Amino acid sequence: MSLISKVKRFLRIETKPTKDDEEDKPTESKITGASTTEKIKKPVNLEDVGASKQEVEKVAEENAKPRIGYIHLSGCTGDGMALTENYDILAELLTNMVDIVYGQTLVDVWDMPEMDLALVEGSVCLQDEHSMHELQEVREKAKLVCAFGSCAANGCFTRYARGGQQARPDHESFLPIGDLIDVDLAIPGCPPSPEIIAKTVVALIQEDMDYLQPMIDLAATTEGCGCDLQKYIVNNALCTGCGTCAMACQTRAVTMVEGRPAFNSDRCIKCGICRIQCPRSWWPEERIKEDLGL
Amino acid sequence: MVLGTSKQIVSARATDKQIQAVSQDGGIVTGLLSFALDEKIIEGAVVAGPGEELWKPKPMVAMSADEIIAAAGTKYTFSPNVMMLKKAVRQYGIEKLGTVAIPCQTMGIRKMQSYPFGVRFLADKLKLLVGIYCMENFPFASLETFINEKLGLSTDLVEKMDIGKGKLWIYTQDETFSLPLKETHGYEQAGCNICKDYVAELADVSTGSVGSPDGWSTVITRTDDGDTIFQQAVDAGIFEIKDIDSVKPGLPLLEKLAKSKADKGAKESERRRELGLPVPW
Ligand SMILES: Cc1cc2nc3c(=O)[nH]c(=O)nc-3n(C[C@H](O)[C@H](O)[C@H](O)COP(=O)(O)OP(=O)(O)OC[C@H]3O[C@@H](n4cnc5c(N)ncnc54)[C@H](O)[C@@H]3O)c2cc1C
Ligand code: SF4
Ligand code: SF4
Ligand code: SF4
Repeated sequence: MSLISKVKRFLRIETKPTKDDEEDKPTESKITGASTTEKIKKPVNLEDVGASKQEVEKVAEENAKPRIGYIHLSGCTGDGMALTENYDILAELLTNMVDIVYGQTLVDVWDMPEMDLALVEGSVCLQDEHSMHELQEVREKAKLVCAFGSCAANGCFTRYARGGQQARPDHESFLPIGDLIDVDLAIPGCPPSPEIIAKTVVALIQEDMDYLQPMIDLAATTEGCGCDLQKYIVNNALCTGCGTCAMACQTRAVTMVEGRPAFNSDRCIKCGICRIQCPRSWWPEERIKEDLGL
Repeated sequence: MVLGTSKQIVSARATDKQIQAVSQDGGIVTGLLSFALDEKIIEGAVVAGPGEELWKPKPMVAMSADEIIAAAGTKYTFSPNVMMLKKAVRQYGIEKLGTVAIPCQTMGIRKMQSYPFGVRFLADKLKLLVGIYCMENFPFASLETFINEKLGLSTDLVEKMDIGKGKLWIYTQDETFSLPLKETHGYEQAGCNICKDYVAELADVSTGSVGSPDGWSTVITRTDDGDTIFQQAVDAGIFEIKDIDSVKPGLPLLEKLAKSKADKGAKESERRRELGLPVPW
């Protein structure tokens, strides 16, 4: 199967859901405590990207590699750096598996082309006209939009922004991209680990929907904080004192006190990772057993 | 199957007298981690080490067999071992890591390996995960209630605690006390009530006392790696083993307890779901 038809399968183009069907169905999030009344996902169909089925088939024959764009908003480039830390597979990935068709510093292209997948790094600044425009354009040009890294997914440390700094004192309000556009999948992390990036890319190319389901579910929430552990896990009688949250916190904001997570708000960057890694927030049992050969 | 996927299930005991003397049951955890360390299968292991207060454990990175032995024995309260895994790799420079984990800790570790969103370069360092069976765990204050209030003992005098045969057993240097488990009900942490995994179904090797005679353990090998390491240890004379069908009470009791825990956990999940509370399964 060609890669583009795999991407098509991933986009569920083949099953062609009607717009009405999709809109009746609220996004059911599997993440404990995630709001179930979040945005409805944008239904993707061929007409939206201005192509007939025959045309896509033709493109598939001519160009089998998924076309990926990298959009850099208000982030620190850490997510892109983490991607490049996949030394073992990077050359193969970039030469033979995907086409990077857009991205500042990566590709010498000024106008945003049509893309199969757009990785968006960083939150978006409401006062930054250029970023706001770019974000809208991404949604129009990309079949799949991925919030790549915690800033794009849930705001992360840009949640602390309050403006009043040079060079643009007016740049004050930063939001996760899902607050403004429909996001198809999220890969949170500050930055996401090189491994999760590699696993996601491979799953995308192999159209492994089961593996990607948590990323799709995570796109439904744009919040994250160390206090989530207390609010969603401890308060809901779910905590077992396992210590996974304290291990996962990338800033050592979580310690364990009397078998329960305690978090230091001065250290917390609101990446959301502690709750995401907690085994009591969502539980991918089938995949784990498969990975272990059990 | 109610005991999870398994390669072999045997009754076993460490042959080393020093390990027998300090360990909770058959010394499987201490024996296996020490063996893996000696054989350089691992370079260190995260275990529930002694804390500042007696019976209040603290996760620690053990780099020698002596340190692993010093952490032997069950502590019936929280030791968040998972939190030390990253430290073991980053601060102790361990490239090949072992650990012991109760089922809920095993779940946190395995989820991190399959979905390492924010955890870099750790998933592939874990070479041996020894799981221990678990019916429930207690906040430290609950232990104080049992020992100080219900039995009228000082915690400092307690040499060993054990749960088995329907009772919580407290051993001091020269006396044995017990409390029927119905006296401990309601003192466990609430998170345990939805737990469905009794026998650490996602570990490389799982072990616990139930099914085997006193001083012996029931061992379940699960992954290829776990089975290989355990078999090597048996071949090296670290453990003596018995056919599980030849010992009393044997597998029927283990299966019964595993099933009743899974059923109770599922029922409690359902009850909470009906109340509109979030549950992971
Ligand atoms: C909370 C709890 C409940 C248990 N419930 C059951 C049960 O219902 N049925 C059953 O058959 N077995 C149960 N066990 C397991 C049993 O008590 C023994 O730990 C197990 O049989 C291993 O014995 P061993 O002689 O092989 O290990 P040992 O050689 O004595 O080593 C025990 C290892 O466990 C680690 N450990 C001790 N306490 C903890 C803790 N709180 N958290 C994490 N690691 C710890 C130590 O660091 C040590 O490495 C339970 C254990 C715990 C911690
Ligand atoms: S406590 Fe740590 S892991 Fe949790 S949101 Fe804050 S920085 Fe992220
Ligand atoms: S990861 Fe473990 S210790 Fe942390 S909140 Fe979740 S259950 Fe509790
Ligand atoms: S019963 Fe389950 S949740 Fe409770 S301590 Fe044991 S393994 Fe953890």
